[in-house]
Amino acid sequence: MKKSNHKLRLLLKRSLVMFSINIILLFILVGRLYFLQIYQGEKYALLADSNRMSKRLLPPPRGVINDRNGVELAVNAQNFQAMLIPEQARKVDHLLSAIAPVLKLSETDIARIKKDISRHRRFVPVKIKDNLSWEEVSFLMLNNNRYPGLIIDEGLIRTYPYKQYTAHPLGYVGSVSEADLQKSDAPLLQVPGFKIGKSGFEKTYDESLRGTEGNLTYEVNAYGRIMREIEKKDGEKGKDLDLTIDIRLQQKAYEAFGNESGAAVVLNVHTGEILAFVSVPSFDPNLFVDGISIKNWNTLLYDEKTPMTDKAVSGQYSPGSTFKIVVALAALEAGVINEKTTSFCSGKMKLGDHLFHCWRHSGHGRQTLIDAIKNSCDIYFYETALKLGIEKIAAMSRRLGLGQIYDLGLENQKQGVIPDKQWKKEKLKQPWQQGETVIAGIGQGYVLVTPLQLVTMLARVVNGGYAITPTFIKTDTQPSPPSLNLKPENINLVKQGMFEVVNGIGGTATRARLKLKDVKMGGKTGTTQVRRISLKERASGIKRDEDLPWKYRNHAWFMAYAPHDNPKYAVAVIVEHGRSGSGVAAPIASKILEEAIKLDIR
Amino acid sequence: MTIILNQNQELSLKERFFHLNFVYIAIIITLAFIGCATLYSAAGGKLSPWALNQGIRFGIGFAVMLTAALIPPEFYYKTATPFYIFTLILLIIVEVAGHTGMGAQRWINLGFFKLQPSELMKIAIVLELARYFSVTPLENILSIKGLFVPALIVAVPVGLIMIQPDLGTSLMILFCAIALFYLAGLQWWKFALGITAVVSSAPVLWHFLHNYQKNRILTFLDPERDPQGAGYHIIQAKIALGSGGFWGKGFLSGTQSHLNFLPEKHTDFIFTMFSEEFGMLGGTIILFLNLILISYGYWFAFRIHNSNYFGKMVILGLNTNYFLYVFINIAMVIGLLPVVGVPLPLISYGGTVIISVMASFGIILSFYANRDRELKK
Repeated sequence: MKKSNHKLRLLLKRSLVMFSINIILLFILVGRLYFLQIYQGEKYALLADSNRMSKRLLPPPRGVINDRNGVELAVNAQNFQAMLIPEQARKVDHLLSAIAPVLKLSETDIARIKKDISRHRRFVPVKIKDNLSWEEVSFLMLNNNRYPGLIIDEGLIRTYPYKQYTAHPLGYVGSVSEADLQKSDAPLLQVPGFKIGKSGFEKTYDESLRGTEGNLTYEVNAYGRIMREIEKKDGEKGKDLDLTIDIRLQQKAYEAFGNESGAAVVLNVHTGEILAFVSVPSFDPNLFVDGISIKNWNTLLYDEKTPMTDKAVSGQYSPGSTFKIVVALAALEAGVINEKTTSFCSGKMKLGDHLFHCWRHSGHGRQTLIDAIKNSCDIYFYETALKLGIEKIAAMSRRLGLGQIYDLGLENQKQGVIPDKQWKKEKLKQPWQQGETVIAGIGQGYVLVTPLQLVTMLARVVNGGYAITPTFIKTDTQPSPPSLNLKPENINLVKQGMFEVVNGIGGTATRARLKLKDVKMGGKTGTTQVRRISLKERASGIKRDEDLPWKYRNHAWFMAYAPHDNPKYAVAVIVEHGRSGSGVAAPIASKILEEAIKLDIR
Repeated sequence: MTIILNQNQELSLKERFFHLNFVYIAIIITLAFIGCATLYSAAGGKLSPWALNQGIRFGIGFAVMLTAALIPPEFYYKTATPFYIFTLILLIIVEVAGHTGMGAQRWINLGFFKLQPSELMKIAIVLELARYFSVTPLENILSIKGLFVPALIVAVPVGLIMIQPDLGTSLMILFCAIALFYLAGLQWWKFALGITAVVSSAPVLWHFLHNYQKNRILTFLDPERDPQGAGYHIIQAKIALGSGGFWGKGFLSGTQSHLNFLPEKHTDFIFTMFSEEFGMLGGTIILFLNLILISYGYWFAFRIHNSNYFGKMVILGLNTNYFLYVFINIAMVIGLLPVVGVPLPLISYGGTVIISVMASFGIILSFYANRDRELKK
């Protein structure tokens, strides 16, 4: 009995010890709860949130680019995409083969879709086709019930309704490249399918057009499925860009070239606003938005008429006889010549050992300044240039806006060349030759200008000598341009010469007169040699420019302004390998000015 | 007073019923209700697939408990050894021809019911050891030779379950047996010796562990070593629990569980889900209810007639068994123990455990209902 009592006491005593151990262990659990839920609770709450919350950037609509009258030149068009949610489709293979003929899906498309499906979880929508036509959209909508899992997604796609008319200078947008990502860490660039400006204004004004991104916060489960939206913060639409271009004039100018290659720029001579700006031929920027095909790209790249080059600012050409206006004004201002100064043109001029010819080998006879401009007499300007010297010619060229790069928002502008003694010493390490002054007098030799520079020069002359700056951006208040302090009688004299070119009897461009009753224009032709006809070619019978292959023919210039009495518009037209300023370039310029006057652009 | 007078008189069925402890039963029902509610939330606010099933199983378990409670305690004494041998045979059958499920041979398919002999063994071993210790004089228990039989009673089933392999259950049975050895009065130095032996043979035992078992232990020691794989459970469970804070996220509002970041939320990890939705407050309430339940067990063992050594030992053994369930489950889901696959009884979804635990409560209650009389041998 005693023994069994001892056994029992041992049991009870030890059960008390065990009870205590149990209580202690349970309290350790409570302590652990306190540690995790209270002491570290904040940390785990954050982790739980980062588990379930996912954020997506919402790209804002891109700013619209308008012409001066509010016509949209670059817009965000609705883009319908067909998407497939595999888990909702009954049989993906059946569905794809059923819709393939309607959506014109190729074998490679279907292979791509199947690959996409296999790569993602079954609830992730996969893109079937982009840019659905209205027929395709309505087909899918009507057959909605037959194809569960097929949805139509609506997005925005940058579209250029005026296609080739605005490719220069608008440029285009395209997908974000690896290089873009290295240049900028803007989070928007990481959004799949986001487009940024790749050239032209789309590139220059990209950040302002782009806008500010919005945010969508949503809840996902452990498998990444979206459960619900938590918060949506809309972004800010990009800023619109209002251009000075008038799309009607722009189209007309482009069409005026027909099949020629060249460029034209129209300015308002008082404000410097660029009213039309074309480089022909151009391309369809819409091809680039979703990535251009290699075939299309090669076509553009190997076209000898260089559609990708913006010839209006990056084409550099000798100004030819159009440069005589600069020389004339420089000489008048310097007092080297006046209204009455005459030269006798016998068709050639001798300087040292060199013989310089007039374009008219038989000569023009005695010429005043106005005669010389009207007839584009080379001898008069050879002599004037010699009297004036290259430095004064260069100085006047620069005052009138040649040899400069303008802040236009176009990155591929060329500066052109306005040569002087210092320029030659620096560039060619040679002293200036007098003969070079002579040919500079007729805009040949080293002188190079772009169409934009040439029209700027013309505008500065015909507006009465005000240094307007060409601009693309429409603003409400324009600062009045600084005066160049040119004598009005000198300007009038030069203008009179240009008037005679078009309207005088025997002027070089009389065929290009405006077909308008009350409005007269003035202008100046220019033809610049691309290549001399070689002795060998002469021997083989090629005597005239038009006998040469296209790419060796002369460039043709015409610059013009209207109305003559109170100039408002100035235009410069270059026709690459157009052979004759009066024959090819002048009619184009005349058509453009006619349109501008008809439109009466304000 | 009448009870004391009729010390050795057997009680009628009605008397036995009214001698049950109804607070104890109420706590059991409360915990089961919490379990069903949590399963309802785990299904996203639906009775199916878990809550309703669990309710039905608890109903069956409740009937089992009442039946077991109303059976006179003598029955358990008499059937202890046959029941133990029967269960041992079932374990051997499982080992030899058992059904393979979850990569481990654990159950016998009876067609309508999958029987897990290891669950039965948790009860059988307590009854058999209690019987053995109750009939063995203390000096025999304390002698080296006397240790042989009880060690064999434990080692054979534990070994069989371990090779199933079911490390969690075998360790639970082993711990429970150690508790009974301790209660029987075994000397301290023998425990010390045992612990030393286990620790020194750990490298050898490690070699015998299955890869997944090794992984669980390694992952427990450093969950970050494989955050997408094995460590994922532990990390996500900690996030679920920790983010609950003091008040919790509210019923049906646990993000970790409802968005499926929390694995096994309806079975082993149900405590984390509950604590995510009800916070530290809710978690502590579950622990507190279990503490009361376990304290009652100790009280019952203390309260029953002093001559009933067998009954005291059975109550303490089964009570310890329950405690081990609760402690191991919660400790493992809150990162204090490796994940060994032990459910939280009454709350986790699962049939076998609820039946065996309810049967244990029934046996405990049976001894308590007959607390004032001697055990007839």
